[in-house]
Amino acid sequence: MPSLIEKSACDGLLPVSAGGVTLSEPAPERITSVAPFAGKEAAAGKALKALGLGWPGPGTSIGGEGRLCLWTGRGQAFLIGAEPEGLAGIAALTDQSDAWARMRLEGGGAKAVLARLVPLDLGAGAFPVGRAARSGLGHMAMILHRSGAQSFEIMVFRSMAASAVHELHQAMTALAARAAL
Amino acid sequence: MRITCPLCGERDRREFYYYGDAVYADRPAADAAPEAWDDYLHLRDNPAGETRDLWYHEMGCAAWIEVTRNTVTHEILATRLVAGREGKKAAAKGRGKKA
Repeated sequence: MPSLIEKSACDGLLPVSAGGVTLSEPAPERITSVAPFAGKEAAAGKALKALGLGWPGPGTSIGGEGRLCLWTGRGQAFLIGAEPEGLAGIAALTDQSDAWARMRLEGGGAKAVLARLVPLDLGAGAFPVGRAARSGLGHMAMILHRSGAQSFEIMVFRSMAASAVHELHQAMTALAARAAL
Repeated sequence: MRITCPLCGERDRREFYYYGDAVYADRPAADAAPEAWDDYLHLRDNPAGETRDLWYHEMGCAAWIEVTRNTVTHEILATRLVAGREGKKAAAKGRGKKA
C-alpha cells in the first residue's frame, strides 16, 4: 500500500502578505454541495435548521466560522464545516471538499485588492458581512463570501489555485507599491 | 451593458454567455411536423426593436435567463429565469400544432 500525502489546495503557496493585507488558506473542512430535490426545498431547510443553520436565499449565507451554509446557485448551497446529517433522500449531496481552493483575504486593503479583479460593488452597503456571490476573479469563476468587515473568503476550482494566488498576490503587491510612493 | 440576473442582481455583461433567440427554449413536441422543427432550428426573426433571447450566467450562478432587450437602443427591458417561465410547455405544444 503506497503512502499518500494529503495536501491542501494552496499547500506551499500561502500565506502571503503585502501592504497590510494577508492571503491565507483556512484549515480544510468538509464541503458538501446540497441541492434539494424538486418539492423537497422546505424539508431541506428544516434539516439544515436542525444543524443550526438553514436554507440561504440567493446571495446570502447562514452561520459563520467553522459551520456555514453558503448559497452557490439556483437550488444549490454549500454546507461547509458540518456533516450533512438528515439530508439524505431530501437533497442531492456531493462531497466537494477536495474540489475547491479556499483562500481568506483580510486586512484594511482587502476590498481594494478585490476591486482590481472582481466586477462587483463590495462596499459595506452593497456587500455586507454574510453576503455571498458567484462572480469572476479575473478570468476565473469564483465563489465570494464576506466573512467580516475586512475579510473575504474566496473559493475557486482547485486546479486554479496557483493562478488565483498569483493574481491576488500581484494585486496586493501593486497596491502596496502604490501606497509606498 | 449590464444585465439583471433574477438571482444575483445587476451584473456586468461579461459574466454572461449569449445563446440566441428565446424561441430555442420552446422545443416543439416530439411528433410535431417537420416544418415546425425546421422553424425551430433554423428560422429566426431579426427585429429592429424589442427582442427576447437566452443568456447563460456562466461566470455567476449558472442560471439560464430570458432577457427582453431593444436591439436599437440596447436597453434591457426585463429579465426572468427560464426555469420560472409559465406556460412553457403549452407554448411548445402550440407551435407543434400550428404547423
